Amino acid sequence: MTAAILSTLPGAATGTVRKRPTRHVLPGFNITLGFTLFYLSLIVLIPLSALVFKTFTLTWEQFWVAVASPRVVASYQLTFGASFIAALVNVVFGLLVAWVLVRYPFPGKKIIDALVDLPFALPTAVAGIALTALLADNGWVGQLLVPFDIKLAFNRNGIVIALIFIGLPFVVRTVQPVLEDAEKELEEAATCLGASRWQTFRYVVFPSIAPALLTGFAMAFARAVGEYGSVIFIAGNMPMVSEITPLIIIGKLEQYDYAGATAVAVVMLGFSFTLLLVINALQAWQRRRSGAQS
Amino acid sequence: MSNSRTLRRAKAGTTEPTWVRWTLIAVALSFIFLFLVLPLAAVFTEALRKGIDAYLEALKEPDAWTAIRLTLLTAAIAVPLNLVFGVAAAWCIAKYEFPGKAFLTTLVDLPFSVSPVVAGLVYVLLFGAHGWIGPWLQAHDIKIIFAVPGIVLATVFVTFPFIARELIPLMQAQGTEEEQAAMVLGATGWQTFWHVTLPNIKWGLVYGVILCNARAMGEFGAVSVVSGHIRGQTNTMPLHVEILYNEYQSVAAFAVASLLALLAVLTLVIKSFVEWQFERDQKVAAELAPEPAGG
Repeated sequence: MTAAILSTLPGAATGTVRKRPTRHVLPGFNITLGFTLFYLSLIVLIPLSALVFKTFTLTWEQFWVAVASPRVVASYQLTFGASFIAALVNVVFGLLVAWVLVRYPFPGKKIIDALVDLPFALPTAVAGIALTALLADNGWVGQLLVPFDIKLAFNRNGIVIALIFIGLPFVVRTVQPVLEDAEKELEEAATCLGASRWQTFRYVVFPSIAPALLTGFAMAFARAVGEYGSVIFIAGNMPMVSEITPLIIIGKLEQYDYAGATAVAVVMLGFSFTLLLVINALQAWQRRRSGAQS
Repeated sequence: MSNSRTLRRAKAGTTEPTWVRWTLIAVALSFIFLFLVLPLAAVFTEALRKGIDAYLEALKEPDAWTAIRLTLLTAAIAVPLNLVFGVAAAWCIAKYEFPGKAFLTTLVDLPFSVSPVVAGLVYVLLFGAHGWIGPWLQAHDIKIIFAVPGIVLATVFVTFPFIARELIPLMQAQGTEEEQAAMVLGATGWQTFWHVTLPNIKWGLVYGVILCNARAMGEFGAVSVVSGHIRGQTNTMPLHVEILYNEYQSVAAFAVASLLALLAVLTLVIKSFVEWQFERDQKVAAELAPEPAGG
């Protein structure tokens, strides 16, 4: 990975010859690295290790009861299932939105482009109550669906919708730059060689954006799994049915079951860390891919 | 003749028939409308449902004011802390080579992938009444959990990577040549940073700060765990929205929420402006730069 970063730097070709003087000429390495490590330890590493050490005070049996009781397992299934569906929807529509924004001119494009980041900027609690107000039986969208007996709020549908909202920018923002950099000459060549437009997309465009799509999917999925604020307003929060894992942790905390809350949190933390490594690997793959092309 | 026909065909091959184009645009815009425009509009309509007077009345409430002040205070502490960290981390990661650099970058990103609820929980385990140093804190009458310091800490945690993450790729792309030139010409380290590095990274810095600020003011999950929800004392704006909403004070809840939505819109406007400025600067720099010797 370091090699991939290095190769993008100017003067990388001269390699080790240039690296050595750099270290001596610019000051501040020790102090910035020292401060970075100190602050990182204080805010992130020590608190997270407190979580892991707290789990060691549990016996294996206690841990297992906390993380594998039927109610908790049901919450994992819901959290991961809903996050997976939401991330999948975001891949399809995220690709579409990115494609339209990069390839087609239309009025109001700049505003739409800026609006895509709304889920990053809008507090999750606000998103949660706004979506609930829209989808409840008396809401703008909800009342249209009442005659069809479709309910989107206070059940699992609502959770998926909130998670689609939360993850929407990830796929658009990872795919968009790759599409912008894509060389149109390749598509022209494919057409000249007799490929249909669909074949060109399928065999020329799609392979070049596939790593970005996967990265976007993983990011949207990771964000959705941990999401709390927007979901709890719209979920209805019925145990075994529509109770997400972060809410289980909150519930255990409110009953002063610190050990139980910690155990479930460690499971989630392990999962987050794994996903983070996967995303890093995907990004490295993407960089190699785009490096090889240019 | 045949040449120009091939060319026309090739050009046509890089776009779709008009009806496909407009269908795709229509579907994409409908998706954006349903998922982004409608919720945003709903916030303001719900807030103004009983008229402008009821809206203003809801914002004048003392508890709402305490929540606004606490939110501003939290952001005013969390953002500068993460700004200093972001610049320091980007400096050592982007300007030097050292073993474990990739791992350090991953660790900086870690808070992004931790669930906010878990982030709140770790501070309860450290500083709570049953936590590691909870009893010591109690003996010395220091309150962190269910008090303002806990809220600030949880906010610092969730907004930790924002600024570093914007600056690292930017500073890596810029390399160290300009700084080296400044040092060779006799500038001190600080002068180099202020007059060479900072102007180069200013847009990335502003970008990171506004995103960090938006998240700091809007954080819900992590803050919810450590705050204790004491009305008029430890409620930030998002928490106050939740309380009002659960008490069926819909107009008041959406009134406070509308302020946060305005903040979000303002963030997007500044962000677009920064992107526009950055692109303009890049273009100017590209025109000024001498032609590269080889491709």
